[in-house]
Order: sequence, then C-alpha cells, then structure tokens
Amino acid sequence: MTLSDPVTPGPDIVVLDYGSGNIRSAERAVARTGARVTVTDDRRAAVAADGLVVPGVGAFAACMEGLRAVDGPAVIAERLAADRPVLAICVGHQVLFANGIEHGVEAAGCGVWPGTVERLHAERLPHMGWNTLTPPPGSRLFAGIENERFYFVHSYGVRALTGTGDRAVTWAEHGGDRFVAAVEEGPLWSTQFHPEKSGAAGALLIANWVLTLGGDTR
Amino acid sequence: MSVAVRVIPCLDVHGGRVVKGVNFVDLRDAGDPVELGAVYDAEGADELTFLDISASVEGRETTLEVVRRTAETVFIPLTVGGGVGSVSDVDQLLRAGADKVAINTGAIHRPQVIAEITRRFGNQVLVLSVDARRSPDQPSGFEVTTHGGRKSAGVDAIAWARRGVDLGVGEILLNSMDADGTTAGFDLEMIAAVRAVVDVPLIASGGAGRAEDFPPAVAAGADAVLAASVFHFGTLRVADVKRALAAAGHPVRLT
Repeated sequence: MTLSDPVTPGPDIVVLDYGSGNIRSAERAVARTGARVTVTDDRRAAVAADGLVVPGVGAFAACMEGLRAVDGPAVIAERLAADRPVLAICVGHQVLFANGIEHGVEAAGCGVWPGTVERLHAERLPHMGWNTLTPPPGSRLFAGIENERFYFVHSYGVRALTGTGDRAVTWAEHGGDRFVAAVEEGPLWSTQFHPEKSGAAGALLIANWVLTLGGDTR
Repeated sequence: MSVAVRVIPCLDVHGGRVVKGVNFVDLRDAGDPVELGAVYDAEGADELTFLDISASVEGRETTLEVVRRTAETVFIPLTVGGGVGSVSDVDQLLRAGADKVAINTGAIHRPQVIAEITRRFGNQVLVLSVDARRSPDQPSGFEVTTHGGRKSAGVDAIAWARRGVDLGVGEILLNSMDADGTTAGFDLEMIAAVRAVVDVPLIASGGAGRAEDFPPAVAAGADAVLAASVFHFGTLRVADVKRALAAAGHPVRLT
C-alpha cells in the first residue's frame, strides 16, 4: 500500500493549534499516513488523542507564550506522565528544553529536557535547507531511513545534550557547529527539522511515528 | 557533510494560472501551478517559488487558493511572493500554506514593514527579493529596479540587500534584470558583491541557460539557485542542474 491509502481505523491525532505559523502542512503530512487528524486548541482533545503533534515556527519566547495560552505545557506533561505519544517539530522541539535565549531575551521552556536553546555558531544563518544527520543505532524515528536529507530552517538550537540509556539523540552539523536534530525518549519524539516539508523522507519518518500510536496503520 | 545547495524552480502565477509558457510533456494542464509544483517536487526540486503577478483583488484570492491546493499535495517548502506589503498580506499567505513569503516593492516603499513582519513571524519567513541591474549611478555599480526591471528605484542594490538583512529578512533572492531571460549565465559579480555584505542565505536568479551556468553562481556565493524558463521549457531538468553542481563538488540532495 502507499502512504496515501486511507486506513480504517487509523489512529486519532491532534495537531495543537496555538497560533503558531503554518500548521496546515503538518496536518496534511500526518493525514496522508491514513491517520484521522484534528487541528484544535482544545485541551481535552489534545490530552485524549492517540498522538499529539506540537508544531512551531517563530521565536522561542513567543511560542512559549502561545503554548501557555492553551495550557500546552501541562497538556504535554500530562501525556508524558501517562506514556502517551507526542511529536514536537522545530520550535515545538526547542520549547521542550529548559530555556531559550533569542535576541538577548531569556525565556523558560517546558523543561522536559535539560539544556539551552541558543544561537548557532555558524557563519551562515538561518540554517536553511536540506541537511544530513546522524541518528543513533536503533533509532525508531529513523527506522528504514538511510542517507536522506531533511529540511531545516532555524538559527537557534541545542548544542549540548546527553544521550542517556533511554534517550536517543540525533545530531546534525551546520557551519562547523553541532546541534541536536532529533530526540527520542519514551513517548516523546522531537525534531529540529521539518519532516512535514521533507518530501518522501519526511513522510517515512512521520509514518514511523504514526505506527507507534497503536492504531492499525499497516 | 553540509547543507545542500537548493535548486528552486520558479513559477509566475497570474489569476491562478502559470504564465510565461510552460512546455512539459505528460501534463494534463500545463497552466496549473499545483500540477507543475507536483512535477517539480517529483523531479527533486528542493523548494518551489510562486510569484503572483496578478494585479487584481480577484487574482490575489485565486492565488491564495492555488497556495492552499499546493500545500495539500506538495511536501517541500513553498515561497510565495508578489504584491506583499503588510503583516496581513504575510499572515494570509502563511495561513494558506506558504512557508516563506517574498517581499519586493512593498519593502522599497516602506522598509520598516520588514521589521514588522519578522517580529511577528520570525526572520526565517521573509525573503527579500531584489531585482537589480548594473548602473553607473550607484556607488556599488548595481541598482534596484521596479516594474520588472523597467524603472530604477534610485536605490543601491548592494546597500539595500544589506539594509534588508539589518531590518530582519532571513534570506535574499537576487535577480539580475540584465541577465534575466538571456540564458547567458548568472551575474557572478553581483552575486559576489551581495555575498560580501550579508550573512543570510542567498538565492541567485536570472540568466541560467545551461547546467554549467549554475556551479559558478554557487562559487560566487549563492546558497541556492532559482530558475524559471529553462525548467518550464524542458531545456534542463532539476536533476541536470544537481549533477552539474555535484560534479563541481557542491553538496546536493539526491532523490
């Protein structure tokens, strides 16, 4: 079957709408795996869904503000405590860390992971375009995906994170600076790049996540 | 490894249709930007750019619908430009499904709009499109033009690119109006002059005729290359350009 074939019953996925940029492509990219997708800021729906997608573009502080306005940090915490899957993308990935510094403004993040989101030390910023990355052995997010490039667009990132026994960290490099490209830890997976804009490789990665949601997708 | 040089086909859209002829075989409707976008996506384009050249409000609404339909079917980044002059213009395009928005004349008329847009949506969302040509009247020897290169804006192109970055744009699309349509190659001196004063990504446009024209643009400082007619008329395929770039030692995304 192909990714565009409808599947019944696909898992039920909420894309969290908290006023952040273009979420239409995230919605479409998830929908083409056969999942049922709802875009909403409704707290109960976001907690109850089989999977929650937290997108994000723009500035760290503005994203945290928008996320708080819909009780996002608590929704994410509640889901993680109940072992319910969350996929966070770009600034959605960044706000999972302890804090962020953009334009000299320091803001607290969700604090799920330790570390600071800071400006990358590359000559050419934003880091914009298709880059390679190095997943750790056994990555479920990148299962079956080898030697593919993914689409990044950002100037900030996390430059230090320890991969513990349970935490799989994928790294990428731009202009000589190494940063966290993706993290998998229990029910929480996140990517600095945009799988929803990364063509066929991105579609495979999203399908890998949807497959973990318990719905019968294949 | 490092970030790949992006190869970007550009479609001029008027009232929801692609203009400036497109000559592809196996297309049901060569004027449908959505169908063409999907073809370029399948051919390995790294990004798509739509330039809306509609003059009317109705034309704009049709273009928004095209952006919506494209976002349904194409899963690579989409930049949309043409007639953008306000935060609300950008908001509409992003809501329709654009990932980035290109601004041109609107920023020349009111440069501060760059800061207004990027404060709201981030630097990465805004591309400053600079239509420039050689001119002895400006210190750098390059001036900004409007009206498709027919009128001088009375602004130094290199200084304007730099100012755009200072005001917040995340990328520069540099189009040589002298080279545009000549298929005689990119204006390498102009690319190098802009590269010397900005640290954001730079897209080179205008003048591509052969696959061998592209690597020198990258060597001169471009991070991405954009072309229209050579792709539309089938003179070159996206893969031809990538092969030439790879042969010259530049990283490309292979699909």
